[in-house]
Amino acid sequence: MSNTVFGLTMLVVGMGGTLATLFLITIVIRALRALFPVRPDDKEEKK
Amino acid sequence: MSDAILSALGALFEGARFMFTHGGPNLIMIAVACVMFWLAIAKGVEPLLLLPIGFGCLLVNLPLSEVMQADGVLKTLYDIGIGNELFPLLIFVGIGSMTDFSPLLANPRLLLFGAAGQLGIFITLLLALALGFSKEAAVSIAAIGACDGPTVIYVSNMFAGMNRIPTAMVGALAVAAYSYMALVPVIQPPIMRLLTTRKEREVKMPSPKGKVSKAALIAFPIVVTVITGIVAPKGLPLMGMIMLGNFMKVTGVVPRLASAAENEIANISTLFLGLAIGGTMAGQQFLTRETLMVFGLGLVAITIDTAGGILLGKLWYLLSGGKVNPLVGAAGISAYPMAARLVQSEGQRWNKNNYLLMHAMAANTGGQIGSVMAAAIMLSLLKGLGII
Repeated sequence: MSNTVFGLTMLVVGMGGTLATLFLITIVIRALRALFPVRPDDKEEKK
Repeated sequence: MSDAILSALGALFEGARFMFTHGGPNLIMIAVACVMFWLAIAKGVEPLLLLPIGFGCLLVNLPLSEVMQADGVLKTLYDIGIGNELFPLLIFVGIGSMTDFSPLLANPRLLLFGAAGQLGIFITLLLALALGFSKEAAVSIAAIGACDGPTVIYVSNMFAGMNRIPTAMVGALAVAAYSYMALVPVIQPPIMRLLTTRKEREVKMPSPKGKVSKAALIAFPIVVTVITGIVAPKGLPLMGMIMLGNFMKVTGVVPRLASAAENEIANISTLFLGLAIGGTMAGQQFLTRETLMVFGLGLVAITIDTAGGILLGKLWYLLSGGKVNPLVGAAGISAYPMAARLVQSEGQRWNKNNYLLMHAMAANTGGQIGSVMAAAIMLSLLKGLGII
């Protein structure tokens, strides 16, 4: 494999893969937040 | 008798003779060690790393030093902790236990800045290949863009162990990575100002309300570890160790282990790693054209990382109707929490009532995950392509 093909493959699949994986993690975090809802701040609780 | 005395005196001055005849590169590296001491002591630049690295560099460059020969003290440290990638991974356990992911869980969309902040890795990879570096060396240099010393050492040492890159290059890469991490407050602000308008820099972002539940904080490291294991198994040790450290901290049931990870384990590993990395900086092997190119490409990588995050921030600013401050994108790198604090101070410079810290912390922890994920994906791609 030539260096150019290798570099472009790493750019497209590497950057794309990183972006896609982190996007997947944001979806998982949203699911976690739905499952375990955010609690009100202590100050708000006192009110 | 007189011959014996002369021979003995000759042996005593053998080191000095070596220094005068072949010691030019060693003298330069001793000067480099002194610069590292000055940066660490007088300027407070990454003293935890630069002090032991500098001392290791001094020890290995003294004439006729045997510290990096078989059974030498630094070679032993190198073999037990760098050659098998153990020390960077132990440091990651400590980093995980020092990291607070709650701002990220409160505002998960900012994790995407952690992806944009890795653009420098892949552009630098292309540049390094264009400059004639081998594939393995180019990947190692590109990893400086992760702004994450242990990741750079882990990746580059893997290739050094396979004899694909010279061992001396690991030292150059580590010093470049840690130096640029320390220079983030110098490198980033001009790029922030160049790529954003005053109106964009003044945008206020409301703080997320409420506290993230403990159950979500506990589930997060497990979920990220599982996802990394499925997507990029070659990088699982990197992500797994960070998440282990964080898991011990957030569960709250093993405070002694979490404290040990954050203090004793991280401190001992940092000392040994620094000394062993300094030991790879022998002048005869270190002072090459490639080393200079490594430092140049490292600067390019961090500059493009910052630009990538800010440009995503500008796009987000446009799409959200001006509700996202593009400066937050600059925190999407792994230099934690320095990059986040820098965004906060830069935001307040243009709008005194602007508090971007929590958003920047979210992007910054996203950058930590993003940098490790990018390295993990690169390693898995290399395996998939049959290169490692």
